[in-house]
Amino acid sequence: MKRPRGRRETQSLVLAAVVVFLLVLLGVLTRGRLLAPDSLQSIAFQLPLLGILTLAQMTPMLTGGIDLSIIATANLCGVVAAIAMTRGNVPPLGAMVFGLAMALSFGVFKGLLIAWVSVPAIIATLGFMIFIRGVSLVLTKGYVIAGFPGSFLFLGNGTLFGIPMPFVVFFLCAVFLFVLLARTRFGTCVYLLGSNPVATLFAGVNNGLVLFVTYLLSSFLAGVAGLVMIARFNAAQADYGEYYLLLTVLACVLGGVDPAGGFGRIPGVVVSVAVLQVVATGFNLLGLSSHLASALWGLILLGVIAINRMIGGVET
Amino acid sequence: MALLGRVARSTEVYLVGVLLVLSVVLFLLNPKFATLENIFDVLRNNSFLGIVALGELVVLISGGIDVSFTAIATVAQYVMGVLITRYAVESVFLAFLIPIPIGIALGAFNAFLVNRTRVHPVIITISNLNVFYGLLMVISKGKWIYGFPAPFRDFARLKVLTLVSEKGVDYGLSIFTVVWFLIAVVTWLILQYLPIGRKIYALGGNSEAARRAGFDIFRIQLFVYCYIGFLSGLAGFVHAELNQMIQPNAIVGRELDVLAAAILGGASVFGGAGSPLGVVLGVLFIAFVKNGLILMKASAYWHQVIMGFIIVLAATLSAYQQNLERKRRKGV
Amino acid sequence: MPEKLPVIRLAHITKRYGGVVALRDVEFSVLPGEVHGLVGENGSGKSTLVKIATGVVQPEEGEIFIEGQKISRLTPYLAFKRGIHVVHQDLSLFPNLSVAENIFAHEYIERNRSFVVWQDMERRALEVLGRLGVELDPREIVGRLSFADQQLVAICRAIASSAKLIILDEPTSSLTFREVQRLFGFIRELKAQGIAFVFISHRLDEVLEISDVVTVLRDGVNIGTFPKGELTKARLSFLMTGREITTESLVADLPEAREILRVERLTRRGEYADVSFTLHQGEILGLIGPRGSGRTEVALTIFGLRPPDSGKIFLEGKEVVFRSNRDAIRHGIGYVPENRLLQGLVLDQPVADNITVTILGELVSRFGFLHPSRKIAVAERAIRDFGIKAPAADAPVRSLSGGNQQKVVLSRWILTAPKILILDTPTHGVDVAAKESIYEMALGLARERGIGILFISDEEHEVLKVCHRILVMREGRIVREYRPSEVTEEALRREIVG
Repeated sequence: MKRPRGRRETQSLVLAAVVVFLLVLLGVLTRGRLLAPDSLQSIAFQLPLLGILTLAQMTPMLTGGIDLSIIATANLCGVVAAIAMTRGNVPPLGAMVFGLAMALSFGVFKGLLIAWVSVPAIIATLGFMIFIRGVSLVLTKGYVIAGFPGSFLFLGNGTLFGIPMPFVVFFLCAVFLFVLLARTRFGTCVYLLGSNPVATLFAGVNNGLVLFVTYLLSSFLAGVAGLVMIARFNAAQADYGEYYLLLTVLACVLGGVDPAGGFGRIPGVVVSVAVLQVVATGFNLLGLSSHLASALWGLILLGVIAINRMIGGVET
Repeated sequence: MALLGRVARSTEVYLVGVLLVLSVVLFLLNPKFATLENIFDVLRNNSFLGIVALGELVVLISGGIDVSFTAIATVAQYVMGVLITRYAVESVFLAFLIPIPIGIALGAFNAFLVNRTRVHPVIITISNLNVFYGLLMVISKGKWIYGFPAPFRDFARLKVLTLVSEKGVDYGLSIFTVVWFLIAVVTWLILQYLPIGRKIYALGGNSEAARRAGFDIFRIQLFVYCYIGFLSGLAGFVHAELNQMIQPNAIVGRELDVLAAAILGGASVFGGAGSPLGVVLGVLFIAFVKNGLILMKASAYWHQVIMGFIIVLAATLSAYQQNLERKRRKGV
Repeated sequence: MPEKLPVIRLAHITKRYGGVVALRDVEFSVLPGEVHGLVGENGSGKSTLVKIATGVVQPEEGEIFIEGQKISRLTPYLAFKRGIHVVHQDLSLFPNLSVAENIFAHEYIERNRSFVVWQDMERRALEVLGRLGVELDPREIVGRLSFADQQLVAICRAIASSAKLIILDEPTSSLTFREVQRLFGFIRELKAQGIAFVFISHRLDEVLEISDVVTVLRDGVNIGTFPKGELTKARLSFLMTGREITTESLVADLPEAREILRVERLTRRGEYADVSFTLHQGEILGLIGPRGSGRTEVALTIFGLRPPDSGKIFLEGKEVVFRSNRDAIRHGIGYVPENRLLQGLVLDQPVADNITVTILGELVSRFGFLHPSRKIAVAERAIRDFGIKAPAADAPVRSLSGGNQQKVVLSRWILTAPKILILDTPTHGVDVAAKESIYEMALGLARERGIGILFISDEEHEVLKVCHRILVMREGRIVREYRPSEVTEEALRREIVG
């Protein structure tokens, strides 16, 4: 049995309450520094990476699947773009296209297997994660590729009207995915299929195509994250940011995505990413370890689940 | 063995076949592969992976999953490292006893949360991975531990069977390999001959039926998460012995490699299927491929490409086979 | 005192859920070796009664006696220990374990058995299977057995833990006709050994065939317990619903109409063979046959989900080959599936999405966008037009009653303006009032929109009532064609059984 609808709504309320509480608490503890312009600026630089990767994770989870290969895809995209720029002297824009094309071509295989051969997503993407990471390793031989043209670094470090570029990219991705999920036929089908793929099949929904596009989409968004990442670090490597992987799942669930599929909206996920980043930045300002922040991330999710459980228990 | 089920058995037969072919190929490419010295070495180096994969198997069979075991192993071995270096614990046995209860306790915590919240265990254990590891890093400040007492160092060289190579170097079957295989046998006995083992299969096969049959679901979950906790603690000890050093960040991040080994060995992420023999073969398979590449002096970077390819290929073939069977039976 | 004490007696049981009375002052008892039919519409309290008899829920008032002994608080475990077992519709077996292990799984709870002795278990499994005369390999994995065999394993499991009463919840709904007869054979065999059964089914013919006595529940009240001899099918359904079920035809004669669908010698190995028929504009063509007769398989083929091995399909005279059901939908075919909950609806998602899922492509704007308000608007109109009772267009379908859920599925196809509509047992599991309104919907669609309807059913009175012609299907073949005026319910029944 699926959980009743009421609980899903309480989850967003609980999350919102947690956000407010944390903002106030960290705001007070940092004596307001958390909300000072430069802190906000730093949040806006750091949040997008996890944010875009979480968006990449979200659609597969909505269909009841998961994509374990997003970090590997992001790194591959970054590595390919980096090689194109440093060794091939390809202009940044062309390099980005190369990188994304590489990400998408693996996405095609991944999508084909999951959509039409019915390989379980968790296993298929696990295999692709290792495979794609291997390709990046072969390409880089384990080294870091660094030194990109300034025009490319703008993507990671520049600002547009005072707004950090990575945040602009994240915002665009979020809007894009929001429109796709909430305002298109594809989006409706994603939610329906996530809840009951047999019923959508009988209703004439092209399940295979929906799944295929889903995994293509996650590869694309992962690729975008990869470009932002290398622009921000001015370096590309085969295994950057691997700890983000499980974190994206955590962020999705915290944002109200049902791991069984069918439920979860963009605003919730964006708020959840913001919570995680605010905690990280706040801890940083307080001079606390980033690992303490990561422990707290886990505790926040467990806490939200526990509160939900208590409220949900009363309801039913 | 008959009751392992035809599916599980066919996976194992298949794996044995593949392993044999692989070994012959590797031998032809480089005869050094088939030397006992090399095989013993491979077995020793993979005992950590082998032990935790058996724990993951038990969780997977029950229909659960645990990705926090790397953090559990790390926490357990770290506490052990701190204690034995600070108090210069001379007894290896005493050292060995430290990580085990820690692993079991953390596993019990996982089980408690999984049972009470009814949220998918992957989510619970991801959270706990963050919590356990994050707190350890905060407290340990990421410091490495080395310089263990002499008995602890000597124990790592302990062999059950000692041979001398042509060059006059000692080699043999490491104690850790023996521990690994012993654990495999114990796991098999539990799963096959103890009621709790059968209940684990039953729970993974149909949790609603298990509940209706009156099985104490929490006790089963407690068992499986404590079991992987126990094996994580044990594996943490083995890992510290093998490396003679404890780095807090050495194990975390390998969750999915272990999952891959278990899946290659025939465990199902949907629960109810898999066997210890299969998982041992799965680990050996990964180990042989890796070793073969090293012997062939292929760049180590190719290892992951090949491993990933094999997992994708195996998953595709198995899905394709299931599709055919479904078509044959139902038509849609 | 009669010499035989009831295995179980529920006396003056009342049970409320919230403010709703599920059972009111119900009396129910089962004698040893008796097959006791239990019938009632959805929501009449059958499942609550079973839950009380097995200790899953506790009654507010009333007493429970097992073999004459008063039980103050019946728990599932106690019910089990005292030999009261349920075989659920989903069987509750472990598909990954062997037959033997499924039969003796309950023994794992007893702690004193510390090791599993496989040979011993398999030997005892053979004994239990032998009591029924079933030939199954105790080592076979249950998931590989047919549903009917799995059901026998579930019954053997009950016998193995010395059941005195076995409650069969809708045991025949997934069985073919032959399998039902085989099951009845086993029930009679066990009955002779003194085991009592409660037989719950909505198939009144079967209830009358196998039961010694029948208890009828309506709105939580026991209408009465009747010996089989006093009952007919018509009387039983009157008792259940409080209405006379008529088989008077509701359809007018069809004037010469254009052919819209013709299938010729359609064959699919192992499912059906040599199926030919035509369907005309505005016609309701009944296809009646038990489950497993191939009726649903033929429907799925016409809907493009199961390609035929041979044979042809013609739409309005032109041959068509469907590669998927999307092809079929494009050609104007709609299908209301047999299993509403699994195949028909996305239960947790909004009514609006469930209604508009077939026409999402038509709702998108010029730039490819689909605003939620458009879905809602279309859905609200459908809810009004088809009289669907829903709290809101964005409420989950789960919150609707069975009849209204079925109307949601129907309306999604009507919105596609189909030429052909296949209704696969559309009134299964809905109450009488909803049944009537589904008939009216079908009749209206045929008469006013000229839709050709293939109406699949396993209830004779239903096809006699709403169809222009009736095809009888048996063991994969169409064996007879009737006009409703040519045949009585009994004659039709005999033809179906063969």
